[in-house]
Amino acid sequence: MSGALQDWKSQKKPFAAVVTAPVFWLALFFVAPMAIVWLYSFGQNAGPADIEISGTLDNYKRATEWLYVSIFLKSFAVAALTTLLCLIIGFPVAMAINFAAPKWRPWLLLGIMLPFWTNLLIRTYALMALMGTNGYMNKGLAGLWEGASWLRTIVGMQPLEAWTPVQLLYNNFAVVLGLVYVHLPFMVLPLYSALDRLDKSLIEASLDLGAGHFKTFMQIVVPLAAPGIVAGVMITLIPALGAYLTPDLMGGTDSQMIANVIERQFKRANDWPFGAALSFLLIYAMFILIAFQSMRANKVKAA
Amino acid sequence: MFNRTPIAPLEYTRKLWMRSWVGLTMLFLYAPLILLMIFSFNDSKRNVVWKGFTLKYYEKALNNDSLVEALVNSLTIAALATIVSLVIGALAAVALWRFRFPFKGLVEGTMSLPIIVPEICLGVAFLIFFAKVDWPTDLPWPLNLSAITIAHITFCFPFVAMVVRARLASFNKEEEEAAKDLGATEWQAFRDVLLPHIRPALVAGALLAFTLSLDDFVITFFTSGPDTITFPVKVYSMVRFSVTPEVNAASTILILLTVILTFIALKLQGVKGIAETH
Repeated sequence: MSGALQDWKSQKKPFAAVVTAPVFWLALFFVAPMAIVWLYSFGQNAGPADIEISGTLDNYKRATEWLYVSIFLKSFAVAALTTLLCLIIGFPVAMAINFAAPKWRPWLLLGIMLPFWTNLLIRTYALMALMGTNGYMNKGLAGLWEGASWLRTIVGMQPLEAWTPVQLLYNNFAVVLGLVYVHLPFMVLPLYSALDRLDKSLIEASLDLGAGHFKTFMQIVVPLAAPGIVAGVMITLIPALGAYLTPDLMGGTDSQMIANVIERQFKRANDWPFGAALSFLLIYAMFILIAFQSMRANKVKAA
Repeated sequence: MFNRTPIAPLEYTRKLWMRSWVGLTMLFLYAPLILLMIFSFNDSKRNVVWKGFTLKYYEKALNNDSLVEALVNSLTIAALATIVSLVIGALAAVALWRFRFPFKGLVEGTMSLPIIVPEICLGVAFLIFFAKVDWPTDLPWPLNLSAITIAHITFCFPFVAMVVRARLASFNKEEEEAAKDLGATEWQAFRDVLLPHIRPALVAGALLAFTLSLDDFVITFFTSGPDTITFPVKVYSMVRFSVTPEVNAASTILILLTVILTFIALKLQGVKGIAETH
């Protein structure tokens, strides 16, 4: 970067030309709507289509009922599990892309990103078709089952009873699998860029000095890639926590996540103030996560 | 597997388990999409056994007026949102990159919020906002799409600003000063020096905004009315209430559209450029 920042006072006209539209847009179409939600969260239904902002804390009090607290906790657990699985699946992939021949690297990256650009709804629907009772996952399981049955007859045991398709969809397993499917690219990309910056000679040194691949990985690669891991975790955890579509389409009655509860307040339950309060609690949860991350980042910088 | 040269310690990619891991991950990512595309040509309602090739579901999908209308709506919204996001995003990037001004941190922080705030919360906010200000819903097409378009611009333009700002970091301000010394006005310097420099970022930002807008379901779900159905909202209701092969056909069309857009981007920027901007 050359040249310092210019003071706005020395260039009032160009400054006004560039700053007006974005600030105006943000204020009118982002800050104002969010502010209204915030105000509504302190309100109550005063009529069928009328909300009175009375400053009540009832909505927040209601959100501390065990039903809602448990849904919050469950959303966290599901999002955390999704993130962990993405990390386990994504790390070797990011490593492989990094150590691939330079001419292959961009294509592998593109391979990871292309599904990410495909419509979320279509991806979810495609996965659902695969997991349905008539889908290929069930067929694969049926094949394994028949194989096992055949093996039993070989050793002279009774064959297993005929395969009955299992319901893979509409449960918590389906929700986690769907979320991993959707969020995997989010995890791979920051991991890749962190590994890309890593000095490869450190790995070589570690191997030369007698450490095994696993030890090198745990003691050299993981600590050095830590910023990328944290970034990947955040970038996966945050959208997974607020996921609406996957639990809605792939989950069962007990797989509701917090976003589904919020949606219900605005559509079927028609309790906008309570929905507004839940929305803001979700936003606060995000802020806390981000604050943790930046505190950690500052500590690393200070050290 | 039959390598001529032995595998060097760091050639992880040549190890079999690593290759199978990547292969399996790719299979996991692509198998559902590829099967969906293959079975969109299947001559069977039940979708699992191959019964022969047919295009009838494409015919059905293209004759389904509400589906086509939804697709046209989605593309219109995406195009409008992309144009406006590009302008606002680029302006925001230039403002933050070039000037020191009071409350800059606040503006910068607020601008990153639409990226962080969960979609559901943003959707809810727009639902309440447009209800509160009595946004007219009975406007003629395409003005009836304005509410959705506004919502899309709000979450697209910070991404454009981010991409453009990253590109601006490599701009040599002396070039602009030289132009001005040689008599260029502020506007000419912007148009002839700065704009060509950020053009790759504008292309990348436009593609990003277009895909984000085309992809969005949650926020649109809260802002769309009965006359302003977008493609994802339409597919959602079709998936929800009756899974028909038509959805496969329509989805295949949209996947192909994404692939085509990606290849246009590749042609414009090269595969490296794409990989770097995301």
